Formats: sequence, C-alpha cells, structure tokens
Amino acid sequence: MADDSRIEGRRRVLRAALATGALATIPGLIPRALAQSKLVIGVIYVGPKDDYGYNQAQAQAAAVIRKMPGVTVIEQEKVAETMDVQKVMASMIEQDGATLIFPTSFGYFDPHVLRVAEKYPKVRFAHCGGLWTKGKHPANTGSYFGYIDECQYLDGVVAGMTSKTKKLGFIAAKPIPQVLRNINAFTMGARSVDPSVTTRLIFTGDWSLPVKEAEAANTLIDQGVDVVTCHVDSPKVIVEAAERRGVYVCGYHASQATLAPKGYLTGAEWNWVTPYTEHVKAAQSGQPMNNFLRGGLKEGFVKTSPYGKSSSEAARKKADAVKGEMTKGGYAIFKGPLKDNTGKTVIATGSAHQQTDPVLEQMNYLVDGVIGKI
Amino acid sequence: MTDIGWWGVPLAVLGGAIRVSTPFLLVSLGECITEKSGRINLGLEGILVMGAMSGYAVSYLSGNPWLGVLAAACAGLALGLLHGTLCNLPRVNDIAVGIGIMLFGTGLAFYFGKPYVQPQAPMLPSIPLGAWSDSPQIQAVLQIPPLLVIGVVLAFALDWAFRNTRWGLVVRMVGDSADAARAMGYPVNVVRTLCTGAGGLLAGIGGAFLSLYYPGSWSEGLSSGQGLMAVALVIFARWQPVHCVYAALLFGGAGAVGPALQSVGITSGYYLFSAAPYVLTLGIMIAASSPRRTLAGAPGELSIVR
Repeated sequence: MADDSRIEGRRRVLRAALATGALATIPGLIPRALAQSKLVIGVIYVGPKDDYGYNQAQAQAAAVIRKMPGVTVIEQEKVAETMDVQKVMASMIEQDGATLIFPTSFGYFDPHVLRVAEKYPKVRFAHCGGLWTKGKHPANTGSYFGYIDECQYLDGVVAGMTSKTKKLGFIAAKPIPQVLRNINAFTMGARSVDPSVTTRLIFTGDWSLPVKEAEAANTLIDQGVDVVTCHVDSPKVIVEAAERRGVYVCGYHASQATLAPKGYLTGAEWNWVTPYTEHVKAAQSGQPMNNFLRGGLKEGFVKTSPYGKSSSEAARKKADAVKGEMTKGGYAIFKGPLKDNTGKTVIATGSAHQQTDPVLEQMNYLVDGVIGKI
Repeated sequence: MTDIGWWGVPLAVLGGAIRVSTPFLLVSLGECITEKSGRINLGLEGILVMGAMSGYAVSYLSGNPWLGVLAAACAGLALGLLHGTLCNLPRVNDIAVGIGIMLFGTGLAFYFGKPYVQPQAPMLPSIPLGAWSDSPQIQAVLQIPPLLVIGVVLAFALDWAFRNTRWGLVVRMVGDSADAARAMGYPVNVVRTLCTGAGGLLAGIGGAFLSLYYPGSWSEGLSSGQGLMAVALVIFARWQPVHCVYAALLFGGAGAVGPALQSVGITSGYYLFSAAPYVLTLGIMIAASSPRRTLAGAPGELSIVR
C-alpha cells in the first residue's frame, strides 16, 4: 500500500510539472506578437563573446546592428556545434520571433543550420564561413566570409621588415584550407620584402588549447623567432606570452593591441559589420538574401589593426602601399610561379587566382618558406 | 638571441616540465590525500576550474595575486568539503558524486567567470634561477614558479607525514580498513571529509596556478581535462606523494615534445607527438602491471579496488 501511494505522489508531481511547463510557454507568445513590427535577429556564438578573438569579432558587429532602427538583437553564447544549436535556433524563432539568424561558428552549418532551415523556410540563416552551394543548400540559408588573407599578407610585410632574426612563427589550430591560406599569405607577405625570411609553423590540434598555445609560443621564441602570429580562436594567451618574452606579435580576429602595448605590430581583423548590415537591410526590405557573400579589404569585410608603436616607419609605408593596391581591386596574392615547400609548382607561371576564385578555398599546400607540414 | 637548434628540444622539455607540471602536481597531491583516506574525488577537474576562476577574479579585483591564490584555496576547500559531506550519506557512490561535483564546479565557474574573460589580472611572480647564464633561452626556462616549489616541498612533507605522524597513520588506517579504524575509535567519516577538503584546497590552488601563472589567463577552455589527468596520475604514482612529483614533471615535459619538435622542423606525425604524455602513461602502466596481484599501494577501502 505504501508503494501505491508513493507512485500516486509521483504522478501528482509529474502532472504539476507538466502544467507549469505549459504555462511557461504562454509568456513566450507575447514577444512574438510584439515583434511583428520589428526585425528580430538572433546571433549565436560558439564561445564567450569577449574572448579577444573569433567570437568577439562577431559580437562587435552584432553590437553595431543592434543600433539600427527597427532591429532587436538577441544573443546566445557558448552554444556547442551539436543538437544544442538546433534547439537554440528553434527557441529563438518560436519564442522570440527571430526571422534572421546569424549562426556564427563553422561547424553549425552542416547539418544543424540546414535541418532547421528546412523546417522554417521563412526564416533567413546567414552562416559564417560555410561554402553555400546553389541547388544543394536551401535558398533561405547563405554564407558570408572575408578574405582575411589580405590582412595576413600585410601583417607578413610588416613582420618581414621588423624581424631581425628572419624567423617568424605561426601557431595554427588545424590544417584546414582557411588556415593554410592565412599561413601562406603571411609568409608570402614577409618574403615579398625579404626572401630570406622563413615561417616556423606549429599546429596545436584544436581551436582553443591555452596551455599548448603558450608552450608553442615559448618554444618558437626559444628557437629565435621574433615575430609571432596565430590562427586559433582566442589569441589572448599567445599575444600575452609573446609580450612577456619581449618579441613582436601580430594579432588575429580582433585587436589584441591592449594586451601587448610593446610588441603589437598590427593585426588581421574581421569587420563583420559590412555583411551583417547587408543581410539586415535585405531582410528589412524583403529582398531575397545574398546567399554567397564574400569580400576583402576593398569591400570592407576585413581590416588591419592600427599600427603598434614598435612597427617602423618604413614597414608602415611599405604595407600601406600594398594595401592601396589591394583596395583598388584585382590584386592577386596567389599567382604563378608559386612553389610549395616541397619544391612542387602549385601555380604555374602566368596564371593568377583572384581572391574570389573558389580554388583558393580548397587550398592544401604550404608555400615555399614555411617550415612545417600539413 | 643565439641559434640553439636541436638543443631547443631538451630545453623545451625541461621548460615544459617546469611550466606545465604544477597543476598536475598540486591536484594529484590533493587526490593522493583524499584517496589515502579511502575516497575518490573525480570532481577535482571542476574544483580546478573553479579555483582558476576565483583566483583570477580576486586577483583582478584586489590587485594582489596571492589573495587570488587564497581565494582559490577557499573555493577548493568548500567544494571539497561539499563532496566529502555528500559522500558521508549512506549508500552514496563517491564516483557518481565526483562527476556531479565536476559538472557543478565547471558550470559555476563559467557562470561567475563571464565578466573576467577579458580583463587582465596581476600575475604571480616567478623566481629567476637562470641569471648565471647569458643565454636568454635558458634564463626563460629557469623561471621557477613559486607554487611548484611549494608543491615539491609539500610532496616530501606529506610522504614523511604519512609514514611518521599520528594523523598520517590515522588517514592511512581509515583508507585501508574502515572497520579497524572504527574499532580503534577514530571517526571515519570526519577523517575522510577533512581529507577530501584538503584535496579540494590543493586542487583550487592548482587552478589558481593555471589562471595566474601559466598560461596566465582565465578562459573556459583553460583546464581542458588536466584535473582528470591528475587523478589518473595518482594511480600512476602508486599513491606516493613523492612519485606524484616525478609523474607530474614527466607529464609536463612530455607535453612539450610535440610543439618543440615542430619548431625545429620535425613536422610529420605531430598528432602522434601530441599524444606523447598519454602513450607514455599507457606504456608505463602496462610495464608496471602484473596479472598476479592487484595494484600495489592501493588503499584497501577505495571503491575501485574493493
């Protein structure tokens, strides 16, 4: 008998829980009704939005579009690239009435964004970095990305003119095309001003491994590297380690100048405001979304950090000259003759890849001058 | 800076051992005390992260990194005592509670640590022992963290105390046979709770090392499993505090092999070198194990050996 009453008690608890659950959804309907006049935008980050890196760059753009008239921005941080992101997107759409979503991490796209996009055909999904393909992916999804290798090339120019040991260091997370393109552009920029410069490359294996990143920086500096840069999610640890050891550093994603007042040369930064604004305007006016949004320095998708005080006048002038050519348009970083670091020709003499060339988004080599292997 | 070429590899291993091993050492010493009393605390990973966060926050707010270490120790002590008290309840499994504490500690640290991801807190000083050399690399390697010194001294002190002091014997007895301890009139649960608290305290300090010395920054990926590895190190060290020192140094040094080899141009198989510490552990465990006896030195009351 005692058991029966306990089961009954549990049932009662369950029933009560269900009832409160049902009630809880009702307040969710209210903002939806209010949202009709305003465009509600959801921004989803994979990490904390003040990480001095990838997420901060996205959050800075979100902060700008928040100020646009008729716009409400809701944000959620630290959403894993799993089922979690599907739930977050669904709740932003159902509860807050979001009609434009920026899922900002690379791993969100396939399958999570694609699956949710099929379920909600009227909601727009602007994803960062994915290769959107016409016919293969839904029309209410799209990708935006920037040609940040242009800034990396400029970083390389400054680094090459600053380095005394002629050894640069690059700490990278994983050998994927975007990362290789940055490593190559940085190295080519440096070798354009001094062909004797080499780049030592260390892969840490993942996007955020603070201890390993600090170890990598220290061992590079022990080897005589005097300019360090990186492609990891949060460059904070690397920039601080370089500053502590008294070498120069180029930033990435966002500006880390305040972390290294002595050694910060310049940096490659995203300027996501441009693609964000374009997507918001299209959504507001009801135009179809631009599914494949790309741009570099000229289009304002990327920018360089203001020069730090340790960069020389000559280096600034040289980099500014190249930057001028890039912003004019038609500047090709990757052009023949180009050899990889095993001596094989990867781009033949006379041919050049414009920045928009999709071939560059499939890069699988390291150029001559990089000491490292994929 | 002179070119050191291949010397960079042993130098990096030495540097890695000095820079990276401290959290492993402190956490494994803490776990050593806890396990000697017959409990396992898998929650040390969560306590480590909580210590890292509270240490960083207090150092930033007060301007004094040593106050941060103190705060981390207090946070660790509190979480350790929580684990110890929960495990005193009847029919509570310490491994399950430990996993709970791990998730609770990391979750709490992420929740309260949000505003401290960006600011820069004052760091702990280091003891420069490399002034005799004119090589900047050697000078950089021989920056000895004071917490490492404390950890090493503590390891030898604990080793001595477990053998020679009354409370050391009590802890060991409680860990080896609760019945015998009860018969002698010692309060088993109190001893275990205090030992778990002490373990948490050391793990908290280990966390403060991560955020206030090396890599010296608070972020959510800071620990990436170091607390769990340290728990495994205790078994590796056969529950002997002094062996924990060797294990921690070995682990720190092995972790530096991957980046060091890449920096001198040995670039193939870097994923394999990244796995070096784990391969090493497996190798030594296999070499040291025997099918004919249970793990030597394991406290008799541990739920994994019982």
